[in-house]
Amino acid sequence: MADVSMAAMSGPRGAKPRKALSGRNIMLYGTLIVVSLYYILPLWVMVMTSLKGMPEVRIGNIFAPPVEITFQPWVKAWSEACTGLNCDGLSRGFWNSVVITVPSVIVSIIIASVNGYALINWRFKGSDIFFTILIFGSFIPYQVMLYPIVILLRELGIYGTLWGLVMVHTIFGMPILTLLFRNYFSSIPEELFKAARVDGAGFWGIYFRIMLPMSLPIFVVAIILQVTGIWNDFLFGVVYTKPELYPMTVQLNNIVNSVQGVKEYNVNMAATLLTGLVPLIVYFASGKLFVRGIAAGAVKG
Amino acid sequence: MATKARGGRLFRNMNAKIAAIPMVLTALVVFVGGTIWTVVYSFTGSKLLPRLKFVGFDQYERLWESSRWLTSIGNIVLYGVFALVFTIAMGFLLAVLMDQKIRFEDTFRTIMLYPFALSFIVTGLVWQWILNPEFGIQGIVRRMGWESFTFDPLYNPDIVMFGLLIAGLWQGTGFVMCLMLAGLRGIDEDIWKAARVDGIPTWKTYLLIVVPMMRPVFITTLVIVASGIIKLYDLVVAQTSGGPGTASQVPAMYVYDYLFTAQNLGQGLAASTMMLLSVLIVLIPWAYLEFGGKKHG
Repeated sequence: MADVSMAAMSGPRGAKPRKALSGRNIMLYGTLIVVSLYYILPLWVMVMTSLKGMPEVRIGNIFAPPVEITFQPWVKAWSEACTGLNCDGLSRGFWNSVVITVPSVIVSIIIASVNGYALINWRFKGSDIFFTILIFGSFIPYQVMLYPIVILLRELGIYGTLWGLVMVHTIFGMPILTLLFRNYFSSIPEELFKAARVDGAGFWGIYFRIMLPMSLPIFVVAIILQVTGIWNDFLFGVVYTKPELYPMTVQLNNIVNSVQGVKEYNVNMAATLLTGLVPLIVYFASGKLFVRGIAAGAVKG
Repeated sequence: MATKARGGRLFRNMNAKIAAIPMVLTALVVFVGGTIWTVVYSFTGSKLLPRLKFVGFDQYERLWESSRWLTSIGNIVLYGVFALVFTIAMGFLLAVLMDQKIRFEDTFRTIMLYPFALSFIVTGLVWQWILNPEFGIQGIVRRMGWESFTFDPLYNPDIVMFGLLIAGLWQGTGFVMCLMLAGLRGIDEDIWKAARVDGIPTWKTYLLIVVPMMRPVFITTLVIVASGIIKLYDLVVAQTSGGPGTASQVPAMYVYDYLFTAQNLGQGLAASTMMLLSVLIVLIPWAYLEFGGKKHG
């Protein structure tokens, strides 16, 4: 099924349309532009609101660009916004998210890539059954496994710690990532593997010297998938960490939806935009690789 | 493809088995074990801590008598039906538009898909601001002179789920469009040629030939979207916090509150078991259609 996601990226085929301004084209592009406006609007509103002072937000139009551009809301969101008694801004959440995302991405990708490799080249009795359980498990609502995992982490002595959360992200990232790597590795010619076996290379030798160097693109796809997924996580951050370690999404929600104080919409929008910035940068920088990542998640294994 | 190694059966292929330990543990302990644990303890009277004191179906009876749970179920069904119909219909229509050999296809796709990279928290908070009755759409229209204009879904219990739906569709339709586009591109060019030779109009070709051919894509999309809807949580937390009152409560919120704040474990576990049941209702017919009959899907 990998060819389908490739086909999605190969762009339009065939001859270019002949007439530029036919009725059909006006309808077609008109609809697409109107739809695009619906998609762009929230980003536009976020940016515009975050650049206005509060007086202007109160009297103005949320869609209008700022009369006077101010970066004060950004500064405030980053270093002064309050959650409860803490008033050190979103920066704490940002660094927490970095500290959570980096090891989670690395650990989950290492484990899943080795899994995929073992499933394709080193099949053992029952390996496919475990893989099937894994894939079906990915459809189970997280809510079903929330509490058992609390117990598990408590038994391991890592409940509420960074490594507890890393483990949770590794567990829930495993089905999709294993599927991704398994499908990719299955497209690498088996002869290569057999030749390496004849030359006496073992499990790890083949992994590090053949599979890894040949699969860099899929590692990039996996990194994109995991960075955005883990950065955007909210539920696991709330359940499995303590307030000092809350990721950015949780802190953002606490800042914006706090009931005390006067609502500062411009600061809220700056904070929202700051939280969305990392996945947005990853998205715009990665382009078609992002599409490939999510398409891989959609095809059956 | 098993390798010929020395030693007993257990030690054959040892490295692969060691490497697969995390996967085996995840599958057996977390996915299977965790699910069984939840189902078993949903039949107990556990309060603050899990205790194996069985109370039969008491938790479930209490669950289905709780007005908050009934509201949650009503909400998720309403949201689910509309979200399914709209994401799939809009996703398919957009994919068809994108498939007309248009210029700037990459630009349009980038625009439609970027919300999918954002978290539900960001999505919820932006739309909370746009739908703010004082400063958002309603406020602007009123200030333009239409004084009685009312559009405040987040403050009106009757239509609050549609306020969430607007945000949910914004976030997710781009993704469905990409899946559908991949499906459309996977259809053989010869089908189109044949239809053109026979003089079948384009819309008819789409409706009567392409859509039936894309059945697997539709089913896969349906399963992915549906299992996402059942998990709906972050968006509601960010956009409405379940309010006004309890008007936008969803099952995932009920589970979270009973497990972690109301200290009524048995009740929370019973609710999560109901969520599991609803996923199985979606999943089992799909698995049957996909994998039943033929050996390898």
